Amino acid sequence: MERPDGQARLPGPIALWWIGEAAVDGDVVKTVAERVAREFAREVAVQTPIERPAGTLDAKRRQHSSREMLKWLVAHAPADASRVLGLTDVDLFIPVLTFVFGEAQLEGVAAVVSAARLAAPADRRLTAARLAREAVHELGHTFGLVHCDALEDEDGRAAPCVMARSPSVRAVDAKSARLCPGCRARYVTFQQDGSHVYREHENPHR
Amino acid sequence: MSTASTRILIVDDEEIVRESLTGWLEKDGYTVASAADGPSAIEKLHHEPWAILLVDMKMPGMDGLQVLEQARKIQPQATTVIMTAYATVETAVSAMKIGAYDYLVKPFDPEELSLMIQKIVRQDELLRENETLRRALKRDYHFRDLVSKSALMQNVFELARTAARSQSTILVLGESGTGKELLARAIHIESPRHSGPFVAVSCAALTETLLESELFGHEKGAFTGAAARRRGTFETAQGGTIFLDEIGDVSPKLQVDLLRVLEDRRFCRVGGSEPIAVDVRVIAATNRDLNKAVLDGTFRDDLFYRLNVIPITVPPLRDRREDIPLLVEHFIERMSAELGRKVDGVSRDAMAMLMSHPFPGNVRELRNIVERAMVCASGPVLQVIDFGLVGPAPGQPAAPPASLEEVERRHIAAILEQSGGNVSQAARILDIDRVTLYNKIKKYGLRLREPAV
Repeated sequence: MERPDGQARLPGPIALWWIGEAAVDGDVVKTVAERVAREFAREVAVQTPIERPAGTLDAKRRQHSSREMLKWLVAHAPADASRVLGLTDVDLFIPVLTFVFGEAQLEGVAAVVSAARLAAPADRRLTAARLAREAVHELGHTFGLVHCDALEDEDGRAAPCVMARSPSVRAVDAKSARLCPGCRARYVTFQQDGSHVYREHENPHR
Repeated sequence: MSTASTRILIVDDEEIVRESLTGWLEKDGYTVASAADGPSAIEKLHHEPWAILLVDMKMPGMDGLQVLEQARKIQPQATTVIMTAYATVETAVSAMKIGAYDYLVKPFDPEELSLMIQKIVRQDELLRENETLRRALKRDYHFRDLVSKSALMQNVFELARTAARSQSTILVLGESGTGKELLARAIHIESPRHSGPFVAVSCAALTETLLESELFGHEKGAFTGAAARRRGTFETAQGGTIFLDEIGDVSPKLQVDLLRVLEDRRFCRVGGSEPIAVDVRVIAATNRDLNKAVLDGTFRDDLFYRLNVIPITVPPLRDRREDIPLLVEHFIERMSAELGRKVDGVSRDAMAMLMSHPFPGNVRELRNIVERAMVCASGPVLQVIDFGLVGPAPGQPAAPPASLEEVERRHIAAILEQSGGNVSQAARILDIDRVTLYNKIKKYGLRLREPAV
């Protein structure tokens, strides 16, 4: 199932895999799958592979490398899937940061989201909502979307776009579960062109 | 929101750090590049503009502080953040001391990184906004091609604008290189005659006979070699402005001829007898003291009074040192296009040197040395060495200062140098109080260096 790293494939379902250490919480995964399917208007295939990512643990940091997770996902993703999203309960990091909630390949195949810091022990609905937001966010990157500063979602709700950078749980809770009209338009164009659609003046940070 | 690209350069010897940080920042929409060591970072700084530099402190060969030091010289507008694996007060202090914006301890908190980058970008936007406002303000410092913010020159501009609207003869006085011809051109462009020609004649460059022929033209056969009739500049300037530069050097005979044209608005070509009527605005200029020349009897008083209807004196550059940075910026801007070179500015040391240079050749001299520096400079920031302003040769005394102020400026600079930049000590030697000394340092644009420890 080896495939070239970073090659985006359209169309095809989004494979949603539980790759955590604890047992899968079916309801939470279901909520995430429904939100992802709705947001990107794509079929989502939920699976729980028997294998778990290997070689991702950094013993010194006692965290898992999100970069290694992505490599593993790319290498193991089903052939017919356009994207693969890994959901895990281990804490993720990239070398320069203390942690990340998730990571994705920009315009690539794989995305990973961790529940380690997003889980609300007494509130499964909140946990599911947070994971769904970050799942949509990370998959958004695989569709070429970058971070966005829009403060209104496509339903007209006054909340930051789901593609807003969310470096804290507070920021995850504050943002919308949905794309803003600008990101929606870019996603639609991405589906047609299969490549990123940012022009110089459209990029919020340029 | 700014439309300019925010470009971030990551300098770290660890590939994994470069890669992960690049990925993280690219998702924010920034343009990100990386360098694996100091020398490649410096190379990149020489070739492309960067808004933010994220530089690792500990790298083999050239460390983060050395990169920061070079970056300050090559791209002083770039904001540098030092990344370090160990947080020590010394690290922070030394980094901030040489101009780092802040420092981050690896691994950083995602929120801390996001907030810091956002803050820098916002600050950059404010700086750009400030620059736009400054440019708008600068437009007020312009009178056509002349640039000045000094009160003296603003008065000159004001008078020139008023004079431009009249038909009166103007006499522009000022040292060589102060921009007398530029002022004459600006007056012409601002005058109702702007659609007519502007013709400049340097009265000192030609012999009496040639100048006469140049000004009034000649008939065929008027003198040996006059094979055909030729129109003079008074005729070609018809309906426009004639600029008679170095009028103080005109011979007594030509002074009479010029007086006649100014009085009658008519003249005859050399060798001709037919008077020709002219409709020309005369602007004359000289660096000589015409009052003295009149007293000496070398310049006709009646011509002087005819010319001196609206006298405008352009002050020398040493009397408006506050214009030096503005003029330098103006010349860099203009010559960047002419020379096809991108220059971002002048180093602090070089500007201090320019501020204390006497400029006997005035703005022309400044323009020439800026051009020289732009040609010689190896980086985008002009350094002291690029200007080629050398002091007097060893054993040779410096040229005697022209004014009392210049004597004072040089003396204060020398005492400050002698006291190693210690203002209190210098004030004691000069026998003045520190406030007075500070005021004089400010007045003369002298640079204070760190006192020796």
